[in-house]
Amino acid sequence: MLDADFFRRWMAATAVSVGHEAERLTALDSPIGDADHGSNLRRGFNAVADVVEKEAPDTPGAVLVLAGRQLISTVGGASGPLYGTLLRRTGKALGEAAEVSVEQFTDALRTGVDAVMALGGAAPGDKTMIDALVPAVDALADSFAAARTAAEQGALATVPLQAHKGRASYLGERSIGHQDPGATSAALLIAALAETAGE
Amino acid sequence: MSDGSGPDGRGERLVGVVLVSHSAAVAASVAELARGLVGAGVTVPVAAAGGTESGELGTGAELIGAAARAVDRGAGIAVLADLGSAVLTVKALLAEGDELPDGTRLLDAPFVEGAVAAVVTASTGADLAAVEAAAAEAYTYRKV
Repeated sequence: MLDADFFRRWMAATAVSVGHEAERLTALDSPIGDADHGSNLRRGFNAVADVVEKEAPDTPGAVLVLAGRQLISTVGGASGPLYGTLLRRTGKALGEAAEVSVEQFTDALRTGVDAVMALGGAAPGDKTMIDALVPAVDALADSFAAARTAAEQGALATVPLQAHKGRASYLGERSIGHQDPGATSAALLIAALAETAGE
Repeated sequence: MSDGSGPDGRGERLVGVVLVSHSAAVAASVAELARGLVGAGVTVPVAAAGGTESGELGTGAELIGAAARAVDRGAGIAVLADLGSAVLTVKALLAEGDELPDGTRLLDAPFVEGAVAAVVTASTGADLAAVEAAAAEAYTYRKV
């Protein structure tokens, strides 16, 4: 079973990972985006780690709802409402339980990913964070480690894709050959999850 | 900012308009343009929410919330947004349920033309549905 402390540690681990990888995320965002993905997400997840530690919500759902709300209000780019919606909807789907099973979390995360697709209008193959998140959720039934591998492979698989959403879509075929920054950061989020689970 | 009282001194409540842009200058300028095209004697509550809280290009969720509260006269609030994160942030805030005043709606409209249409229509004392329709109609105006 996963408790609130697990989810607080997941958010802290994500903040550390995004901090380490911020320059790489921004470098990926330079040829096809506006070169702010790393700095935006670092600011957002640092704020998440701070508020989650300070307010110490006592249920898994409350941790993720608070984290999502913080991302929406601090990121400043499209990744704010997108990751914010992912965490907030996942948190709401978990309800008020003090502990949740991996199966319950998997179902909730799928709800969150569906909400991101509804908000941004992206589908798998559009060269977005969805290309890492959907395979991760599918693999979560096996293990956290499998989800991490699936997310990382999903991010790598965005390289040959042409972007159909966001600023990168204006580049048309010129977006081909670049790894999507959003899929890359989504893989960091899932890797932090596996790390938190000790896998 | 005005008290939002309606034309002819009847004191009816006007729809508020919030303009969300990646750029503070764009949001403020479009607000000024739209106000300038309203007839004399009426002041529509219009607020700009441009850029991030730290003054950079981007979207500030707190700025949007503050702008919406500032123009809320109880007749509804029409929000226009320009690109990517501006649109997504407004939609995410609306989905929260309690982040923006009741009666806040994101309009599906071009930013500049839609803002002018929305503000001018709101100045007549029209309701939110009429403001929304006028702003959306701006999409049908072909330039060539």
